[in-house]
Amino acid sequence: MAKRIEASNVTAYYGAFKAIENINITVEPKTVTALIGPSGCGKSTFLRSINRMHEVLPGARVEGSLTIDDQDIYDRDVDVTAVRRMIGMVFQRPNPFPTMSIYENVVAGLRLNGVRKKSILDEAAENSLRSANLWDEVKDRLGKPGAGLSGGQQQRLCIARTIAVEPQVVLMDEPCSALDPISTLAIEDLMFQLKDKFTIIIVTHNMQQAARVSDRTAFFSIEKTGDPGRLIEYDNTQKIFSNPSQKKTEDYITGRFG
Amino acid sequence: MGETPHRSADAGTGGTRVTESHERSAGASARLVEAPVSTRTPGGTGLGGGGALPRARAFGAERGFRGLTLAAGTVVLVIIAAIAVFLVAKAVPAIRADTENFWTFEGWFPNDSEPKFGIGALAFGTVLTAALALLVAVPVALGIALYLSHYAPRRVGTTLGFLIDLLAAVPSVVFGLWGREIFLRPVQDFSVWLNKYFSWIPIFGGEGPFGKSILLGSLVLAIMVLPIITSLSREVFLQTPTANEEAALALGATRWEMLRTAVLPYGRPGIIAAVMLGLGRALGETIALAMTLGITFNISFNLIQNGGNSIAANIANTFGEANETGRGALIASGLVLFAITLIVNITARVIIYRRREFTESAA
Repeated sequence: MAKRIEASNVTAYYGAFKAIENINITVEPKTVTALIGPSGCGKSTFLRSINRMHEVLPGARVEGSLTIDDQDIYDRDVDVTAVRRMIGMVFQRPNPFPTMSIYENVVAGLRLNGVRKKSILDEAAENSLRSANLWDEVKDRLGKPGAGLSGGQQQRLCIARTIAVEPQVVLMDEPCSALDPISTLAIEDLMFQLKDKFTIIIVTHNMQQAARVSDRTAFFSIEKTGDPGRLIEYDNTQKIFSNPSQKKTEDYITGRFG
Repeated sequence: MGETPHRSADAGTGGTRVTESHERSAGASARLVEAPVSTRTPGGTGLGGGGALPRARAFGAERGFRGLTLAAGTVVLVIIAAIAVFLVAKAVPAIRADTENFWTFEGWFPNDSEPKFGIGALAFGTVLTAALALLVAVPVALGIALYLSHYAPRRVGTTLGFLIDLLAAVPSVVFGLWGREIFLRPVQDFSVWLNKYFSWIPIFGGEGPFGKSILLGSLVLAIMVLPIITSLSREVFLQTPTANEEAALALGATRWEMLRTAVLPYGRPGIIAAVMLGLGRALGETIALAMTLGITFNISFNLIQNGGNSIAANIANTFGEANETGRGALIASGLVLFAITLIVNITARVIIYRRREFTESAA
């Protein structure tokens, strides 16, 4: 249920603007990897190129190779929807479908994949909501609109929706930045549980969060505005936060820069 | 505090607007409270200073503007009441004078010494042409709107959108002329063909002549309501939050599945509103139908034989020769048309209201 991701020389553009350049990273299965760095350094761009969401924007493209268990997801023959089913994504702002109930939100991905049988959908909804630690809070109002939940609950609903299709990898783009500390804690706890089953890559601006939840940390940075973002250092989280090998990383995590 | 709220940024979401205006008024009142004198001239050092609290003004721009908006709101009620009184006062005597059943009689002779007229055939024609027009126009309009909002390259989208808005600007009398002078031929040929192979279906039966039929009227109407429905639903589709579209794509949806999961449900109330506006135009359309329908007073589902009529078209065609009772009869038919439109609108509201729980939390 979890796969290794290898990025080699990944370069991403927005039109003529080069957002990231030559990113090389290997992410092991069933680990949490945090991407940290100052704003505009391309960590979200890199994250979005892992499930081919980068190319959704007009003029955006990716070069280099990204493989998941040795299968190149940018191969010409690969179905992009299959890639996104395999690599789920949780966004910065909770984005449940506003017209759907809690239940419908969770099973939306399954419905898209043609699952029609009520019993399967029910079971998947309950399992995903339980995995997202949301079941007890919403089990009595599954028919109510998903957008009526609190921010933290909505984000967990989005996580439930993402894991309902049983992806191999879950990408999280600053999932807690719009949430209060208690909801943040709930989601961090959730990440610990989820990494038994999924490979998780999380973008965060919160360095304590990166230190708390991740096994490995990648530090991205840019020379100056307009330059492409680069991967400065990628190592075990403990090493990055205690004894980084790059001066820049140390400056960033100690707060002297960025 | 005091900074201009960026409304446009939240145009789609709407919800934050409330808090923003709160924030702004709080800022304004704070400034007022802190001012030492009641003058609110900027630039002085007194704005944030101490001093006694100023008294609220008895008469100011605030109250004046409130009165102005109240008056504007009242005008609507007055106009509606005036129209209703006028219509009923004219219609009732005419209906009293009717020697046949006003609801069921198929014919319109209100100017005779023994007035005979009935609304049934006219109302039927009105509803039938409008319904057929929507049946044709709505799928096409939604298709165009989705293409413009989610498939077309920006330049194509803008150009095509502009052309469609141009179509909305064509006067209906021009559509009517075009319908009876040019569009009539292909519709006639098509009707003959339909009659030849499908005359076993009652709506395509009959002996002819064909052409100036419900079909022609409906198709012209369809072209006329197409731009309204298209441009409104396009706007609605463009307002779908990107976050929802991305959520669907990230779940592995294809473009069409994304539209079905995120865009269409989100736009549903807007689509209904657009269709209702189109229906309103179709029901009330006068001159184009007066020029393209065959003008008969019978209730028939036959679409291709010469015939058909509508309330509005009948008013336009017969108002010139109408006497006192005749005008009353026409006004009565206008009341019926008004009632039909009202029912349609209420139905649409009910549909939207039923889903309010979902649409409100969406905003």
